[in-house]
Amino acid sequence: MTLKIVKQSLPKMDGMSLVTGKGVYTDDLTPRDALVVRVLRSPHAHARISRIDKSRAEKVPGVVCVLTHEDVIRKPFTRAGQSYPELSPHDKFLLDATVRHVGDDVAIVAAETLQAAEKAMKLIKVTYEPLPLVLDMESADSQPPIHPEPEILAKASFGFDPQQNIAGTVAFELGQVDEVLPDCDLVTTHTYRTQGQAQAMMETQRTFTYLDVYGRLVVVSSTQIPFHVRRILANALDLPASRIRVIKPRIGGGFGSKQTVHSEFYPALITLKTGRPAKIVYTRREVFRGTTSRHAMTFTITLGASRDGTLKAIDMNGIWDTGAYGEHAATTLGSAGKKVLTLYNRVEACRFRGKAVYTNHVPGGALRGYGVTQGIFALESAINELAHELGLDPAVVREKNMIRQGETTPLYNMVTKGAGEAPMLMDSCLLEACVTRGKALIGWESKYPRQQVSSNRVRGVGMAISQQGSGLPNIDMAAASLKLNDDGFFSLTLGSTDIGTGADTILAQIAAEALGVPMDRIVLYTADTDLTPFDSGAYASSTTYTTGNAILDAAGKMLAAIQKTGAAYFDTVEENIDFDGEQVIRRQPYETISLAAFSQKITYSVIHEQLSVTGSYVPKKAAPPFMAGFAQVEVDLETGQVTLEDFVGVVDCGTPINPMLAKVQAEGGIAQGIGLALYEEAAYTTTGKLIQDTFMQYKLPGRTDVGTIRVELLDGFDDTGPYGAKSIGEVVVNTVAPAITDAIYNACGVRIRELPATPEKVFCQLQQTSALRHFQV
Amino acid sequence: MKLNTTINGVAKILEISPDAYLVDVLRENGCLGVRQACDTGNCGVCTVHLDGRAVLSCVLLAVKAEGREITTIEGVPEAAVAIARCFVAEGADQCGYCTSGTVMNILYLEALVAQPTEAEIMHHLKGNLCRCTGYASQLRAIKAYFAAKAGREDLLPDEAAAKHLENTGATTADNVPGAARPISGEGKVAP
Repeated sequence: MTLKIVKQSLPKMDGMSLVTGKGVYTDDLTPRDALVVRVLRSPHAHARISRIDKSRAEKVPGVVCVLTHEDVIRKPFTRAGQSYPELSPHDKFLLDATVRHVGDDVAIVAAETLQAAEKAMKLIKVTYEPLPLVLDMESADSQPPIHPEPEILAKASFGFDPQQNIAGTVAFELGQVDEVLPDCDLVTTHTYRTQGQAQAMMETQRTFTYLDVYGRLVVVSSTQIPFHVRRILANALDLPASRIRVIKPRIGGGFGSKQTVHSEFYPALITLKTGRPAKIVYTRREVFRGTTSRHAMTFTITLGASRDGTLKAIDMNGIWDTGAYGEHAATTLGSAGKKVLTLYNRVEACRFRGKAVYTNHVPGGALRGYGVTQGIFALESAINELAHELGLDPAVVREKNMIRQGETTPLYNMVTKGAGEAPMLMDSCLLEACVTRGKALIGWESKYPRQQVSSNRVRGVGMAISQQGSGLPNIDMAAASLKLNDDGFFSLTLGSTDIGTGADTILAQIAAEALGVPMDRIVLYTADTDLTPFDSGAYASSTTYTTGNAILDAAGKMLAAIQKTGAAYFDTVEENIDFDGEQVIRRQPYETISLAAFSQKITYSVIHEQLSVTGSYVPKKAAPPFMAGFAQVEVDLETGQVTLEDFVGVVDCGTPINPMLAKVQAEGGIAQGIGLALYEEAAYTTTGKLIQDTFMQYKLPGRTDVGTIRVELLDGFDDTGPYGAKSIGEVVVNTVAPAITDAIYNACGVRIRELPATPEKVFCQLQQTSALRHFQV
Repeated sequence: MKLNTTINGVAKILEISPDAYLVDVLRENGCLGVRQACDTGNCGVCTVHLDGRAVLSCVLLAVKAEGREITTIEGVPEAAVAIARCFVAEGADQCGYCTSGTVMNILYLEALVAQPTEAEIMHHLKGNLCRCTGYASQLRAIKAYFAAKAGREDLLPDEAAAKHLENTGATTADNVPGAARPISGEGKVAP
């Protein structure tokens, strides 16, 4: 197949508008008369509101509306944006009389100005009665329940047991771990922790709402999931979905933060109550306290292996801190097992047990990697430790045990809804090549394990491997509509959401390639629940793979429609008609008409038919992308400072539809992994208040913190992907932390099992003489 | 209160609240390219120029602009397009939300040092955070911008620059001793 547009590094179609500062984001489009909405949030981690008095707040000049739990419907729902039936428990009430984390919503104020709204917030008098705090995830299941409410429910069966503070459990086993372990030469057990991590997209959550001319609620929002927003809002506000329209403008980053509905509820309530346009722009502190972060977790991992490095058994046992609400809890937890253990398909037995517990922390949520990141850190760290205990090269242990092209594991059937028993072969897996190429790029053979740089500086290298999904098989669908306009160009309307990745451009490339037309013949419109077809949204590494396949379906239908209408136009049979992207051709007797003229004729002169088609797609098979990551760090033995010098990522994402944009996805994902590994942390005080709740305290990696990032995309091809593409958005974040922590170990003998690897932790461990004696020259 | 100021070359008398931050006043007056992300002067997204120097408008009270000249990205359309071309050519635009502030700080850097070294670029833009790109593509784009400015067609500054200098006899700012460096001033200077 000769590709003309796919595999071209075309610039993003919206890029010039974004970089030159055009007003294209949600807050830039807000009507000037919109009421300013602010949310009063709880200062307590767990308390009952015994009294709430808004009378003084309502008297502030300019204040139009103040709402508390006494004014709104009490109905459990989930804010997690997932396909129906929702997989996260319905455990959230709007403006409840019980607050369950610092930052939980207490009251809504709407005013003519921000100043009036903020003044009024200070005048709402709330009396809180403290409730017992549950802050330790290890003991949460023996603490008083955070969710004793009888109305809450779970639509999916994930072991939901709120009386025990359990939001969900996941357990599965292949083979018999307990029988295999006694036969192993080496059995090793360690415990690993990953921290809460903020998505930290640059544009905070924001929404404006108004009533249209028909009295319907229009919600313009910075979201990754317009269609889920419509369904969730309808449920939470007890409105028919037909009364709601959701529109997504340009989005200033998401990374999962906008896969949970937050800023949409409050202006919507105000607009419904007052009939007036209303807007909310979250402050950065509000994002930290009032939305979600990556679930913090603890995993205890037991590995069994033979002396030659053959891995025989893996046992993962995890606890997941889902905070005050169970958003994305069981699903991220499940991903930490089912999309991680797949890497080592040849073990005799593997077992996964995990529970997600409620605490009075900020809720966990979706963040790029979605549980796989946490699971990979734990398992890949354990594999690295196993290699060291066996005296083997960690890369060799991977090469011996990891999944190879054409192989499979029943886990792939488990992650694929309705897959049946037939083995799902990973024909496109290039993981072996990723490792080989990565070793060459980092110079593994010459650098492993360490080099002394100076008397107090040591260099080490480390590595890890990862996979992820490409969409959610038989769960998340996408659709695409194509319309032929009267000058021979196509409207492509999609419900998909470009959150900055370049998805719009990539999808237009797929459409142009499939129709055989130049890029400028495609005009794109995304996403408006009234106008565009359904798309579950920009999450689970879906868009290129799932929406791309829907476009192929639509393009096939459009080509068939052109052929059929062409046959009517030329008064012949369809088999006698061709379309080459420019001309509609009758073969016998040969005659052509340009697509522009053809579309004009069938609109204005003859036939009079609008060619318009819609294609749909749901993934049927797991099509995981793979990656190998290699880190080179320098450790200062006097201070414990770790400097990441070089990170090499080699990725198998199938065919990169747009290699440049795929590469930038990988570079950006690696930088987020670097933040997780070395800098970022969401920690709490003993009263459950988030400590790092602005960018002043929360350390986002800057450009001098990330070192050199080098990415190479392998030339892969997956039969099920559009033009062979798999996903890339999430797989790229996972290998970074375990590769860096092993590089630190190789450099100086310090094993970091709790992220982030701060200089303090490295320094304190360096003081243990055994580490120094063993590694200092 | 009244604020007498100049926004992008146009003298204005604005009615403002004494506690208003510059970012809000600018956005209310149509400068939508000025974006806000952290509210605490830590991310550089809201960078504008005050009397030619980069400042963070989310932590600068609007009254500080009294009698002074503000330049936002709307005031430098040609330069913005030139930098934006380099960004989109590298895929460094991504979500784009941080880029208008980064563009303003690149222009401030250029005013200080016509041909900055890679180390100078990294140092000067340290305060402009980006969550999408991992910065690698941005660095490629910024180097390409300055290379184009120097009339170099390729992206290999060392060799090409030497040749260019040989041909023209020109001197670049970064090899002039004592060339101006970013220093802190009023409000917070980015970075």
